[in-house]
Amino acid sequence: MTTHRRAILLGPQRSTPNLADAVASLNVEGPAATITAGWEEREAEDQELIEHLARPTRNLGLFPRSEDVLRRDPELLAARRRMHDSVRRLKEAYRLRLGALMDLARDLLARVESADDESSELWSTEAEEVVQELRALDAGHLARVDEVQAAFEEEVRPQERDALAQHRRELAQILDGSALVCVAGGHVGALLEALRLFDVPSLLGEQPLVGWSGGAMVLTERVVLFHDSPPQGPGNAEVLDRGLGLAPGLVALPHAERRLRLTDRTRVSLFARRFGPARCVALETGDGMEFGASGSWRAFEGTRRLALDGELVGAGQ
Amino acid sequence: MSASSALEALRSGATLGPAEVEALLADHDFPIVEGRRVTFVWRGQADAVYLQHWIYGLPSSQPFEQLPSSDLWLLSMDLPAASRVEYKLEVVRGDEHRLVQDPLNPHVAADPYGANSVVHGDGYEHPEWTQHDPDARAGKVEELRFQSDVFGDVRPMAVYLPARYRETRRYPLLIVHDGMDFLRFTELATVLDNLIHRLEIPPVVVALTQSKNRLGEYADDERHARFLARELVPMMEERYSLLATPESRCLIGASFGAVASLAAAWREPGVFANLFLMSGSFAFTDIGDHDRGPVFDPVVEFVNAFREDPGRPAERLFVTCGTYESLIYYNRSMVPLLTATGMQVRYVEVRDGHNWENWRDRLREGLSWLFPGPLWMVYE
Repeated sequence: MTTHRRAILLGPQRSTPNLADAVASLNVEGPAATITAGWEEREAEDQELIEHLARPTRNLGLFPRSEDVLRRDPELLAARRRMHDSVRRLKEAYRLRLGALMDLARDLLARVESADDESSELWSTEAEEVVQELRALDAGHLARVDEVQAAFEEEVRPQERDALAQHRRELAQILDGSALVCVAGGHVGALLEALRLFDVPSLLGEQPLVGWSGGAMVLTERVVLFHDSPPQGPGNAEVLDRGLGLAPGLVALPHAERRLRLTDRTRVSLFARRFGPARCVALETGDGMEFGASGSWRAFEGTRRLALDGELVGAGQ
Repeated sequence: MSASSALEALRSGATLGPAEVEALLADHDFPIVEGRRVTFVWRGQADAVYLQHWIYGLPSSQPFEQLPSSDLWLLSMDLPAASRVEYKLEVVRGDEHRLVQDPLNPHVAADPYGANSVVHGDGYEHPEWTQHDPDARAGKVEELRFQSDVFGDVRPMAVYLPARYRETRRYPLLIVHDGMDFLRFTELATVLDNLIHRLEIPPVVVALTQSKNRLGEYADDERHARFLARELVPMMEERYSLLATPESRCLIGASFGAVASLAAAWREPGVFANLFLMSGSFAFTDIGDHDRGPVFDPVVEFVNAFREDPGRPAERLFVTCGTYESLIYYNRSMVPLLTATGMQVRYVEVRDGHNWENWRDRLREGLSWLFPGPLWMVYE
């Protein structure tokens, strides 16, 4: 799916939105197609978004379209449930291994911090090896999820099914007439599923995309779920799935200040090392990353990334 | 000079003038907490001063020591990390015994009977998720009057509706015993707003009940179980958009409210799959009588019967108790019994007492375990 396309990734838009400014900076005229499937049953409540964009908009309505397709095509629904069950089992195994490796990595990194000159190299080497194991685990999990999804596609060929065909024609029509596509955040799993079910990327023309929060996450190559202090569980970031790959070399972390312990250098460093060389970018309100058609990119002023040494530095550095 | 070293100097016989004592008291926080050691200070004329607390296992009245040639009274004691202890001072002058809040300590905790002073052990933090978050959308609390045929009276109650409540969506139902007290003393509405906003729990509808005779009705009164299962739940499901499955229902209660929750689920199996039991008054006897007074008679009868034949009244139980409560023995004893039924049980002990702030502080862990929200998946 990776291609050079103009895309802007933004932070949360609720309190002080910068979506309109970002859209204006693209210098494109014409209607916008909006994707709000991450809002699930609230998908149609997009009045504020329409007003903010201040141009004609058409919502792709992917959430109700998905429901319609699955209601009309029980065979597809059953296959999808089987696929979900398979992914759930994979996730369970992944989390088991992930938990053990993350505990080990944190332990070793803490030893690196407190090591004297004599033992520092030993613990650094050990820690680095565990980070490499984590990276291999993430990659392996992603590959297994790919296999399950490929088997599902092969089995039911969703794009060829009658229940989908009419919707895809309508979506293609909306997208053909759109100068840009705006992807809102929300439930990233629901959003990705909806995009994948209708294979929306294949329907896109050359128009730029703007995504914020969860919408920014799905535009990247890998969607990483994260929270350092959940009320339950160890708070280990995990790879959910592949994204659309329109913002290469970046892991999007909306609400990072709220969800990550950014003052904990060990955790920040581990995050950056685990997902590097991709830039792990904290997308707060007002932040953004812009990707050009030539493959170039720039960070909005003030946007930061997690650095290998556990600090936060400018995302452009 | 730190407060503790100044007081140590005083203990060793050094003298401070009145102005220096005044400055010492004004410049420091009291009680003084240093690691596991807490020192309470009282200043004034008295014949004796006692610390009155509710820590099970310690003498409930502990005498202060008057410093020689001084009107300062001191008491040092062990206070494990992260403890929270509510207390009052008993000041004795002649025949007069007065229970007062600690005038040097601004921290108080309210309950239906007034307020106590509070000392926080090293490392205790007032949870930020219990405090107003301007970013969190506020839910709405509606007051209702509900005609109960079971009890033959009209019951005032309240219902919490989450922000952005809508009829097109279906919600889990939590039923909170002593709900008005929970609203008032645990900041329940704020906590729900915050946890929903943070996606730690899904949006929920909460029925907040209040009984005029809680010690009677909550002590395994069969009418209470019928009231909940056959009147309140149907009324709520008719009036609000609820998921209407056992898995989406939860009974919550503290103290006798926990007994009421467990007893109701036991008497009406298959209605409530989730129970949140805080500091349950699960008194029982292995032999002979109990010594908790007649109000506990029906409780002991129920818990003894439950222990004989627990069945499987629910599916998931979050059980919590403070280690400074006299009820800790009963709660600890219940856990293996509950677990053996095959129910999923999460048991949490904390260094706290039988009070509302303890119950407030448990809400996040309990609710998010019973009803995990879409925290990991939603990025708005």
